Amino acid sequence: MPMPEWLRLRRAQPVPAEDAAQWTKCPKCGSMIYKPDLAANAWVCTSCGHHFRMHAFDRIAMLVDADFTEIGGELVPGDPLGWTDKVPYPQKLARDREKSKLTEGVVCGFASIGGYPVALGVMDFNFRGGTMGSVVGERITQLFERARERRLPVVVFTASGGARMEEGMLALMQMAKTTLAVRRHHDEGGYYISVLTDPTTGGVSASFAFQADVVLAEARAAIGFAGRRVIEQTIRQKLPENFQTAEFLLEKGAIDMVVERKELKDRLVRLLDYGSGAQRPANGAVSGGSVVTPQPDSAETRA
Amino acid sequence: MNVIVEREKGLLQLEQRIDELKAQAAQQPVDMTAEIRALEEKYAQIQREVFGTLSPWQRVNMARHPKRPLGSDYIRALDQFDELHGDRHFRDDHAIAGGFAKLRGRRVIAIAQDKGRDTKEKVLRNFGMPSPEGYRKVIRLVKLADHLGLPVVTFIDTSGADPGIGSEERAQSEAIAQSLYELAEARVPIVATIIGEGGSGGALALGLADRVLILEHAVYSVASPEGAAAILWGDAARAEEAATRLKLTSDDLLQFGIVDEVIPEPIGGAHRDAPGTVTRVLDAVDAALGVLSALPPDQLREGRYRKFRRIGAAAG
Repeated sequence: MPMPEWLRLRRAQPVPAEDAAQWTKCPKCGSMIYKPDLAANAWVCTSCGHHFRMHAFDRIAMLVDADFTEIGGELVPGDPLGWTDKVPYPQKLARDREKSKLTEGVVCGFASIGGYPVALGVMDFNFRGGTMGSVVGERITQLFERARERRLPVVVFTASGGARMEEGMLALMQMAKTTLAVRRHHDEGGYYISVLTDPTTGGVSASFAFQADVVLAEARAAIGFAGRRVIEQTIRQKLPENFQTAEFLLEKGAIDMVVERKELKDRLVRLLDYGSGAQRPANGAVSGGSVVTPQPDSAETRA
Repeated sequence: MNVIVEREKGLLQLEQRIDELKAQAAQQPVDMTAEIRALEEKYAQIQREVFGTLSPWQRVNMARHPKRPLGSDYIRALDQFDELHGDRHFRDDHAIAGGFAKLRGRRVIAIAQDKGRDTKEKVLRNFGMPSPEGYRKVIRLVKLADHLGLPVVTFIDTSGADPGIGSEERAQSEAIAQSLYELAEARVPIVATIIGEGGSGGALALGLADRVLILEHAVYSVASPEGAAAILWGDAARAEEAATRLKLTSDDLLQFGIVDEVIPEPIGGAHRDAPGTVTRVLDAVDAALGVLSALPPDQLREGRYRKFRRIGAAAG
């Protein structure tokens, strides 16, 4: 598989530089951290262990063996409602494209993790708060459809503020669309692992995030249906500190496990292994892609 | 204050005046036919002016009108209804009622959201905002419908799923996600009707259907106008502006292919003729079921997949 330029760059060793822009402040403990150190530490604060929100490219670079073939990257959002408030919606999109270097709020593609071929989707909070509009819904749907054709397990990292207001009901309907694709993948023997990262709320948490066979959450991630502010306004009282955290959900029995980021890849590989027997190999060629059967460690050499 | 109720006040005075004249005419030998007719014409004209074209915000208020027929009004109008309570895990959520029913002689599973009419009932029904138990009741009823081969009929009317602490503790997201998941591949026809307010995922959880119908002045939106305004601008008071931008009216939704059919309401709104409106809705649901029931399960599910698959397919 070809390696995209961004992936090559992100996997390269950072060049040390005494530049102010190379420093960042931990939002949790306030300590100043040298960015290359932060990157080397999987975007986990070296002082307090706070998990920084990750760029989708960094996340992919951290997880995949060597390869990543993006799908749906050509899909770009339109402006179905002709939305304008302070700025027109297309301008907001252009600004986020510039700022995030992403074309939309999710990056999807084929890769292998620890030798296991997977269909991988990674959402990014940097693009319109990871909200789900038509393109996010379409990319996720295509991911599950192509994974079904290729008999691949799906791994999705969620990070989302919910449905995207600027696309109105077309955004809400993506919950239904993605659900149908997830369900078909499942009913044909597909294996699906979701990893809920900070934050996962609204329409994404109420659809494909919680439809996986195994639901993981990154340590201390905020996860819920309604936003914290909405709940506080409704009940007119402050919520406890740990409310809607990954650990809170684990205690309530809503998720399978909470994983520290640095242990995530190993854990994911183990979980993929348990499901590798369930991916029934297809008979002969399947439209839309070659048949791939799990072959641990075979993809390591293709850097 | 509901802007439709405000607008109705002037008309109400005129209505009373006509009734008074009619009463007088019945008692006195003087012929007042011409006067009554003139007033009635004026009334009809004002009614057309006031309700002929409604802004999105007025539609939202119409959808929330205190006299609008509610889920329970539709349930009561069924040939018969045997309610099945509870989610079998935690409790019976009264924001959603469901059970066996007969609709125009057809055996179905009917499920309705209900906001409640008076204060006591509103509290009982949590103002129509379902808790996870409500959605888990839906899941169990859809499974039952699938098992017995009964079509599923849903009536949607909610400002959204309950955003309280308990609902979060009991995984509201998971409940809605699983409700969608269950409807996705049910082997029976599903017809959903938005009868009032279709608010966000809490409404969609009953709306993944083969046919989606909507009453003319009902609304269906990605978030309630207040919620959207709060999310976008941190100011729930800008709900009217949000309502205008969200494209939540029945005409907009038909245009976007999100609903399949708009059921007309009497001038002035569904509550001006509640029994007539309820009958028209049930007729439309029955007609939709008639078409869908002829399809084999696989074709039904394939159609359902394609129906939602094409929504919001962005240009490449």
